[in-house]
Amino acid sequence: MAVDAARFSLTPSPRTRRRKLINVLMQALATLAALAAVAVLALVIGSVAQRGASALSWDFFTKTAVTFGQSGGGVANALVGSLVIVALATAMAVPVGILIALYVSEFAPPRIADLSRLVLDVLNGLPSIIIGIFVFGLLVIGSGQAAWKGSFALAIIMLPLIARATQEVLALVPSSLREGALALGASRWRTVLGVVLPTSLGGILTGTVLAIARAAGETAPLLFTTSIAANAVTWDPRQPVLSIPYDIFILSESADPADHARAWALGFVLISFVLVTSLTARLLLVRYRKKLEG
Amino acid sequence: MDTMGAVAPIEIAQAREAPLSASDREAVFETRGLTVSYGKAPAVSNVDLPIYRNLVTAIIGPSGCGKSTFLRSLNRMNDLIPSAKVDGEVLYHGQNIYGDGVDPVEVRRRIGMVFQKPNPFPKSIYDNVAWGLRVLGMKDDLDGRVERALTQAALWDEVKNRLKKGAFGLSGGQQQRLCLARAIAVEPDVVLLDEPASALDPIATTKIEDLMHELKNEYTLVIVTHNMQQAARVADMTAFFTLERTESGGHGVLVEYDETPKIFTQPDDKRTEGYVTGRFG
Repeated sequence: MAVDAARFSLTPSPRTRRRKLINVLMQALATLAALAAVAVLALVIGSVAQRGASALSWDFFTKTAVTFGQSGGGVANALVGSLVIVALATAMAVPVGILIALYVSEFAPPRIADLSRLVLDVLNGLPSIIIGIFVFGLLVIGSGQAAWKGSFALAIIMLPLIARATQEVLALVPSSLREGALALGASRWRTVLGVVLPTSLGGILTGTVLAIARAAGETAPLLFTTSIAANAVTWDPRQPVLSIPYDIFILSESADPADHARAWALGFVLISFVLVTSLTARLLLVRYRKKLEG
Repeated sequence: MDTMGAVAPIEIAQAREAPLSASDREAVFETRGLTVSYGKAPAVSNVDLPIYRNLVTAIIGPSGCGKSTFLRSLNRMNDLIPSAKVDGEVLYHGQNIYGDGVDPVEVRRRIGMVFQKPNPFPKSIYDNVAWGLRVLGMKDDLDGRVERALTQAALWDEVKNRLKKGAFGLSGGQQQRLCLARAIAVEPDVVLLDEPASALDPIATTKIEDLMHELKNEYTLVIVTHNMQQAARVADMTAFFTLERTESGGHGVLVEYDETPKIFTQPDDKRTEGYVTGRFG
């Protein structure tokens, strides 16, 4: 009977104890790594907010830069500039990105679809400075800088992001929906337009907003295409305009400590924009899903 | 009753109109030597089958016998599968739907389909029915057309106060009737039903079956079903397919095609008898 008791013992053996220890250890490490990510984000946002807060004021948002050493003044031209550049880039990248995704997931033969996905991933991996210098060579040399040329460079950066995100949500649309539409006598394009795209709208929107957030922070392409700007607010995309990330760079290079505070404040504005857009995208997606599910 | 009749455990629907002999009926479809292959392997081979107007034709048989493949070849849904290849002819009112110059979109607007799993669009109930109408340009009296289709699908009373609500809020059975309404709203000639009740509970199944009795007055219906009782209850004509094993695997063949009572009580082929009496498949 004693032998049996050992055989069927339910208390941990030394081997079990060791396994449990490793389990606890690895779980702790993984948790710690996740916490570290959150901590880094909190630290960055916290320190940027702390150093920039003093420079935030009404004037900061509504005025342009003052002459060196004077107090007051703001970054209105950079804010408007970024708005113009990013809006135009989005207008260029979204339709093309969605069409690329539609081609890849709805129309392309499987082999070409795989190749297209690879090309998009490679494009996504291109350093932004390369895209900047490419657009510089293509559009800027000979005719000078302009906001729309910066938009063009940003659109190239946004394109693979939008196309890949869209293509991934399109792949989630069940094929039974496509069959249902086609069985009614709808053409492929009407099926895509009427059933496939509306079903994946939430995902496309999220991808677009994330691409906007990414583009808003890109600096290198703008360096080549729209950096030598007048110190005035302009909405004209044919003029070179200042942008938030490039202005952060200029301000932080300045000898005036007040400009450093402005750089931090502008950084805070940029982070807030990215956070708010990302969160809005999430919320939109949740609401859209709920609506979809009736 | 002969001995074969006695072994069939299936009740055949009564009060059926005196069945017209098949040759008096107009054939909507006639397949001639129809073989559908995926890659090199045929899924269903050499089928010659006429389908008659305003009748319910059931296609029964064990899993893998190519029932669904056959059904999907009748409105070119197999075109969507790149490796699918069709040999032989599918004559629809005399014209080969795989012939030159035939547009699969035009084929499908005349030959609608209801699928195994309800697949309503992520739109409102109203728009589910109206979408096909809009696509095909049947926009006059849209409200009336939607109401008629929903009424024909015996769904109107249940949804008339929630037409603008999402279709996903409906039960599975309601969703399937919505898909049926969607299919008949565009006034097709034929409706193909691919195991339309296999995902539904018995009450919802009964509703779909009752509907088929009604709808055959206006449409020609072809139903694939796993459920022999269902075939016996709804179908005028029944085709029995089976899997013929070969060295390279196997493919579906048509074994026997006749009026439903005959298939279930006095089939000519031993394989049919084995299947309908539950000894096989």
